[in-house]
This record gives sequence, C-alpha cells and structure tokens, in this order.
Amino acid sequence: MMIPDRMPSRLSRAIILAPLAVVFGGLLSGCNVVSMNPSGDVAVQQRDLILASTGLMLLIIVPVIALTLLFAWRYRHTNTEATYDPDWHHSTQLEVVIWAAPLAIVIALGALTWISTHLLDPYRPLGRLDRNRPIPADVKPITVEVVALDWKWLFFYPDQGIATVNELAAPVDVPINFKLTSASVMNTFFIPALAGQIYTMAGMETKLHAVINKPGVFNGFSGNYSGSGFSKMNFKFHGLADRSEFDRWVGKIKSEGKPLGREEYIALEKPSEAEPVRYFGTVDPGLYKAILNMCAYPGKMCMSEMMNIDARGGAGKNSQANRTRLEYDNRHGQQGDEAPGATFPASGRESRSDEKPEGVKSGGSREEPSKADPHKGHGHHDHGGSAPAQLNN
Amino acid sequence: MFSNPDLQKLVFGRLTWDAIPLHDPILIVTFIGVVLGGTALLGAITYFRFWGVLWREWFTSVDHKKIGIMYIILALVMLLRGFSDALLMRSQQAIAFGANEGYLPPHHYDQIFTAHGVIMIFFVAMPLVTGLMNYVVPLQIGARDVAFPFLNNFSFWMTVSGAATVMVSLFVGEFARTGWLAMPPLSGAEYSPGVGVDYYIWALQIAGIGTLLSGINLIATIIKMRAPGMTMMKMPIFVWSALCTNVLIVAAFPILTAVLALLSMDRYVGTHFFTNDLGGNPMMYVNLIWIWGHPEVYILILPAFGVFSEIVSTYSSKRLFGYASMVYALVVITILAYLVWLHHFFTMGSGASVNSFFGITTMIISIPTGAKIFNWLFTMYRGRIRFEVPMLWTLGFMVTFVIGGMTGVLLAVPPADFVLHNSLFLVAHFHNVIIGGVLFGMFAGITYWYPKAFGYKLDPFWGKVSFWFWLSGFYVAFMPLYLLGLMGVTRRLNRIEDPSLQVWFVIAGLGAVLILFGILSFMMTLFVSYRRREELRDVSGDPWHGRTLEWSTSSPPPDYNFAFTPVIHDYDAWWDMKRRGYERPREGYRSIHMPKNTGTGVILGALSTVFSFAVIWYMWPLAALAITGIVVVAIVHTFNYNRDTTIPAETVVSVEAQHTRMLAAAQA
Repeated sequence: MMIPDRMPSRLSRAIILAPLAVVFGGLLSGCNVVSMNPSGDVAVQQRDLILASTGLMLLIIVPVIALTLLFAWRYRHTNTEATYDPDWHHSTQLEVVIWAAPLAIVIALGALTWISTHLLDPYRPLGRLDRNRPIPADVKPITVEVVALDWKWLFFYPDQGIATVNELAAPVDVPINFKLTSASVMNTFFIPALAGQIYTMAGMETKLHAVINKPGVFNGFSGNYSGSGFSKMNFKFHGLADRSEFDRWVGKIKSEGKPLGREEYIALEKPSEAEPVRYFGTVDPGLYKAILNMCAYPGKMCMSEMMNIDARGGAGKNSQANRTRLEYDNRHGQQGDEAPGATFPASGRESRSDEKPEGVKSGGSREEPSKADPHKGHGHHDHGGSAPAQLNN
Repeated sequence: MFSNPDLQKLVFGRLTWDAIPLHDPILIVTFIGVVLGGTALLGAITYFRFWGVLWREWFTSVDHKKIGIMYIILALVMLLRGFSDALLMRSQQAIAFGANEGYLPPHHYDQIFTAHGVIMIFFVAMPLVTGLMNYVVPLQIGARDVAFPFLNNFSFWMTVSGAATVMVSLFVGEFARTGWLAMPPLSGAEYSPGVGVDYYIWALQIAGIGTLLSGINLIATIIKMRAPGMTMMKMPIFVWSALCTNVLIVAAFPILTAVLALLSMDRYVGTHFFTNDLGGNPMMYVNLIWIWGHPEVYILILPAFGVFSEIVSTYSSKRLFGYASMVYALVVITILAYLVWLHHFFTMGSGASVNSFFGITTMIISIPTGAKIFNWLFTMYRGRIRFEVPMLWTLGFMVTFVIGGMTGVLLAVPPADFVLHNSLFLVAHFHNVIIGGVLFGMFAGITYWYPKAFGYKLDPFWGKVSFWFWLSGFYVAFMPLYLLGLMGVTRRLNRIEDPSLQVWFVIAGLGAVLILFGILSFMMTLFVSYRRREELRDVSGDPWHGRTLEWSTSSPPPDYNFAFTPVIHDYDAWWDMKRRGYERPREGYRSIHMPKNTGTGVILGALSTVFSFAVIWYMWPLAALAITGIVVVAIVHTFNYNRDTTIPAETVVSVEAQHTRMLAAAQA
C-alpha cells in the first residue's frame, strides 16, 4: 500500500528541491553533511522540510539580493543617464506588492509549518517506516529509557531488562520509543542521522519517536551545554541490520554485563567524562522510575510520592519532616564532588587553575563501577568537603 | 590580611589571594597589558592635565551628546575585550581535535564563551545602540537635551558599573561558565557554586537599571520634546525606531531584572524557584528569560533599521520610499516581538500546536521586515546613490541580513529547529543578523554622524578598508559554521571528535582574523582622520546633504543644540527648510536655560560597583556600607536645588556668529 505523500506534495517537492539539490549537492557532496543525508525517516522528513522552506524563501531572497545589487549599480551617482526622481516616495500598488509578496510566502510556509509540526511532533507515535512503507501490524516498538548523566548517557531497555552506558542500538525499520530524563542539569539528546533533538530535564520526562532505516554506526551527543565534560558526552548509535542481530547484541550484554542496582548507579552518576561503553546485564527494574522521580539515592522521597501527598491536600506542617528527603540538587556538595559549573572559590582550586577537577577525571581510571564506593567517592579528595558551601547548604 | 579567620571572613567574605589568577599566562599577559596601558593612559591624562576637563566636561556632563559619545567609547573598548574572547574561542576550536585538547581547558574555555556573549550583547551592542540614540534623537526632534538629563548621566554610569563588574571578574575570581543566559539548573547554587554566576547576575542587574532608565528617558523625550509642528508622522524614521526600541526596553527589561532577582534568591537565600528539587522549575527561567531575550534582539536591530533608513535616503538624495509603511512595519515588529519567544525552546517538549503557533508568529515578523527591505530598495530606485562609507555598510547589510533572515525563518519551523537548535547553524544565524544587522548598522551610523559629533569626516579610505575586511571576514568566519551546523556540530564545544572537520574551523578562524583587521582598520580610521582633521573638516554642518534637523546645526553642535527651536512643516524637516530657502536667524538671541552638570551619577555608579563586588564576595559589611552610601547620595542629590544654569545671550551670540562666519567661509 502506498502511504499518501505528506507535505510537500511530490510536484511541489520536485519543483522546489531540484535546483536546491543541485546547489547543495554540488556544494556538500565532498563532506558528510549528516543533516542533509540522514538515515532515519524522521530526520529525512526534517531534511525535506529544511530544503522546502529554504526553497520557498529563496523565491524572495534571490530577487531581493539581485535587485539590491542592480539598483545600487544602475542608480549610482555617476550614471547621469538613469532617471532621477527625488520626490517619488509612494506608490500604492507597489506597497501592496511589497507587503503581499512576503505574506504569500509566509502563508505557504505557515501551512507547511502547521502540518509538519504536527506530523513530526516528537511525542506522536510514528505513522510509517518510510515514505513507501507503513508500520507492519506485528512489529513491536523498542522502548528505550534515556538518562543524561554528568557527562555520559545511560540507556535502559526495560523490555530486555538490560542497560548500557554510551552505546545505543536498535534494529532497522523498527520504531523506537524514547523516554528521556536527566539526573542533573539540562542536556539534549541528539542523533542527527536518526531524528531531531529533545531536551532531557531532571524530574521530567520527554518523549521522542524515531526509526532508523539503514544499518550503520551513527554519532549521538548532547546538544545543550551542561558543564565541564560536555564536549565528551558522546555515544554511538548502532543501526543493526535486523531483529536477530539486535537479539544477539542484547544476548551479549546479558552475558557480559554487570548488574546495575542503586549502589552501582550512585557510583555511575558521579560526574565523569569520556566514559567508556559499559554493559549491564541485570537491572533494578525500578531504577529508571526512581531516577525520574529524583529518589535513586537511599533515604530520598520520590517526587511522585510527594505529589500524591499534595494531591490529597498536603501534609501541612508535617511536610517539614520530608524536606531533607526531597533535597536532590545538593548531592555534589554533600559528597565532596565538584559541581558541573563550579567556579572559584567553590571549585577548591586557585582561580583559573589548569589543574583538572577531582571527580571529573576520565572514566578510564575506574572502569569497574561496582568497585567505586559511593561514600568514599573516587580518587583522592584533597579538597574533599571544600566544595563549599553556598549559603543555603 | 587578618590573623583572625573570623574577622578575615567577615571583612573579606570568600575573597582570598587565590582569587587572583597568577599562574594563567593569558591572564598575566593581559593583566600586565592592562596595567601598562592603564598607567600610560592615566599618566598621559595627568601629564596633559586632562583630569579637570574630563571630570567637568565629560564624566559629570548631562549633555546628551557627550553621554552618547561616552556610551560609544565604552562599547568600542568592550568590543576589544569581547573580540579577544572570540579569537581565543576560534583558535581553541581550530586546534582541539581528537586527542589534542587545545590550550584552553573547559574550566577556562566555558568562561570565555559566556563572557563573549554577555559582553557583546550587554556591553557592546547595547551601549552602541543607546549611545547613538542618545546622540541623535534630541538633535533630530529639535530638542536641547533629553527629558531627564541627570537620569541620562546616571544611566550611563550604571552601564559602566556593570561593564566594570564583568571586567573585574577577569582578574579577581572567575566568571560564569554557564553560557550567556545562565540557564538553571546549571546556574543554580548547587550546580554552579562560586562567584562566577554571581558576577554575571550583578553585572547585568546594575547595567539593566541603566538601560531601563535610559529607555524611560528617551520615550519621554520623544513623546514630549519634539519641536512644534513635528507630529508623530513627521518624525524622522530613526526617531521612530528609537521610540519602538525604548518601548521594548521598558516593557522587557523589568522581566530580566525579575528573573535574575529570582535566580539570585535561589543562590543567596536558598529559595527554590529554578531548582530541580523542592518544587522548583528550571523551565520557568528559560521561559521568562526569553520573554525578555527575544524582544532584546529587536531592541538591538530596530535602531539599526532606523540608521539604514536615514542613510539610504540621504545618500540616494531621495525621499524615503513608503514612510508610513516603514512606521507601521516598525510598530508591527514591536508588537510581534512579544509573541515569539517560545521559538527559543521548541525542543523542550511543548505540544505541536503551541510550537506551530510560535513558529508562525515568528514567520509573520518577516513580513514587516521584508517590507522594510523593499522600501530601502525602492528608495534607491531612481535615486542618485553616492557610495560613501555609510552607504557601503548599508548595502553590505541589505545583502547579508536577508541571508540571516532566511536562516532565521528556517529556524522558526519547529521540526527544522529540532535539527538545528543549539547547533553551529544557530550560532551562524545570530551572528549573521547581529553582525550583518546591528554591527553594520552601528558602524554605518558612527561613520554617518561622526562629522556632526566631531566636526570632521572620517577618512574614507580606511573606512572602506575596514568595511571590506568586516564584510569578507564575516562570510569567511560564519559560512563554515552554517555548514558545520548542518553536519551536526553543536555549539560551545571545547574540543571536537571528528578530525575531518578541522579544515572548516580553520577557515572560520581565518575569518575571525579578517574581522580583526576590520577592527584594526576602524581604529586606524579614527587615528588617520584625527591626523587629517583639517582636510576633512566639515564647516557647513551638513556634509552629506542631509535631510533631518541635526544637519541644520553646526558640526559639532553648540551645547544648546538649537539657538531657536525650529518649527516643522514637513517630514525631512531640514530638506524641506533648505528647499524653501531657509535663512538662519542672525539676531534676536536670548539666554538659554540648561541643566547643570553633576557628579552624582559617577558617585552612584562607583558605589554600585563596590556594592556588587561586595555582594559577589560575601563582604557583608562593605555591601551594607555601599548600599547605605547609594541611598544617602541619592537622597542628598534630591536636595540639590542648584541644578540649572543659564547660557547668557552674549555667549549664544558669539557661538552663533562663529557658525555664521564658518558658513560664509564654506560658501566663499
């Protein structure tokens, strides 16, 4: 069955895209411009939209630039043959055209925007695998729960019962449902070859639906600056040729992977950069929900619990007793880890020191998460406890 | 300092000797440079006995012309700082690939990109815009000063105080490492402990007071002080753009003040407005800061639009095409500027209908903007275009800005933004409109009004050299960034994984070097023009065959601007006067009542700097002292009844007689 074409229609697409394809294709063929040559259907539609919008706008931009240069040349001071009409300053017809031309473009672009924004809403489940194929009835989407940590990515596969750090995989032509949150500051989850980005935020869950159509290894990263280790917060996304290859990948993780419980998570969650890939074969099933509700640390109350109390009218003065159990952001300070954006004097180092902050050393030195004792931290803490104290600690 | 640690802490708060970055070679060299340069400057001022002149004629001046010039000097000084940051970033990104970490560790690099953004927006673009409006608006509406001359001086010194606070962070402690909008939770107390974000907050709060007050001042000036006959629809288009900008300032800056106040409460007293925990919501900060932040970009660009309108019309020797349509376009942009802010965070998970709404409102802004471009185009049509330097900047703007506008509308399409948000494509886009729009506009305006302000034109050769370096430098520096953005390279990276991308960053770095030559050529322009000032002298007061009232005065204008308040009959008042054979009155001068200079603004600005420094470092006794000082000085100032002065009629007569002699010499 053919899926009816989405915006823009084939014809208008051909008209608009043909010249652009020549320009961009010629210009960009030499390098890997991933946004213009993606491998997932969502990103492909986003690419088409970028090209179609650019084409529409060039309809007005090119004449404007041409006229600017033409008029500047034609009516130059030295060209006394050109008409000079110093008092000509109004023409109703021309004014109508001046306002109507951009308006026409914006009406077209606005329609395109309204439709495409709804169709490509990251929260909307996919309607197709690609332009020519609907989603087969028997295909079960892969669910991935994503947690942005300082500065690495933790991926839970709840249906498979596994988790990974800095490695993501999915079979081609199977829809992927991402649920995303952050354990710390804001990041965006972005695999340009697959689909556009979406923010990950602590205590909140965002969603993203996507599908990869070609096998391969693709870059993923955070698009939103999040502190010292941000530049190395990269991972690889593997588009696997088919379901059986994916099952082999899952099997490998199940057999090789370590367990991931609260304690391992707490060690993992500490700020670190350039983390190697890690596999977890058995995973605490409530861990993702706990992270989302900011209660993965022992003794913390889950946000959902507090919201439930509030929904039933609140606990009044007794809520005060819950206060320390709801404090979450202060964990770096309490454990003596340097906060992601610490500056002098809280960084514990001299101003603009080249010394690498403790706790932000590359992950290679402590590959075994289970070895790290959450209470002692890692490495030595010359400045332990010096992570000081803003007034509200 | 003190042997007693408690006393030490009480007096100095968290300030210690470690706050001085003695081991960072970049900063030591900079510091030595600043000390040597500063000593030389102060020495020269002392040697030539300029202190008295500086204090009496400039620092304490309430003359809008001098304040305008001081704003622009502040902006040009800060441009050097902001641009040094740009060079550091470009060179780091040109070398830090794969295993090479470059020379700037993240801790330092992150402060540099934050400082670059903050300085370029708040302490370069804003003072340029405010300075130009300050200088030009009263002259264009036939007024003798702004509505509140002392407030104007005070606003300026608050801006200086904010700039000084940012500069101090270079040598005492550290600056924020959060990006120029200091988004929480990263900028909160727990994720960014230390002085960095506090420097950011207090610099912007203090400068923000100055900006807000100057906005109120200019609105009052434009509404109440126009010369008789100048109805709203006869105001020069630059005045219209200034009015719209200041309305935007007055409506937008309180939001910035409020949101930063909430953030400082989070950081100082333990509230939870923007934290992850205890009911805080960081998205609220993002929402609020962009409700200010989006109008802010129109605050910057509208005056540039005004400048271009004046310049196109003047150098085409032709009346502006579609004046009414230009005015409506400005007003529409002003209103729509408040309806688009959500496009800065399409990717935070708003629903599709919300995203489409804000995407489409954003596109709608391109309609009045497009109409303005067409109007400039048809002003050139059937004109006689003189390619003086300001006109070159204008043509450079028209070609460059439409490209930036196009990429901006592209970013307004939400699904396209999902791909391009936070990428170098975005960085290229906003530099495209801010350099190609605001900066080109300000350089055009400075070159255009320079003869008015100083009595001689800027040297056209070096002006052209500067223009071509800026223009080519912009394209070489930012076109690769568009491409890199499409390749999926995100902003604020300290190091890039893929070595195949290095060539593009090297090209961008070369572009930055071209822009450096552009800046140096501009400084050369100022220097050469000063040396050749007698050759470049403008005796007529009207060197470009101007159309608006400022060109009816001498260059530079007398302190009182106009000996007689002009009466306006038509749009392009001066053009109209010239055409109707206007004769300057030669007699009947009267004494002129003018505001008197006062040092209160300088003192309040200095105390504000001390206050912000004290609060940043938790030096509570000093902070209390400073705030008490501010309140006392402000109250004492209200008892200063000696705030007027009268320029006697004889002085007016002699000043005007000299203008007459110069005009006669020019005609002879």
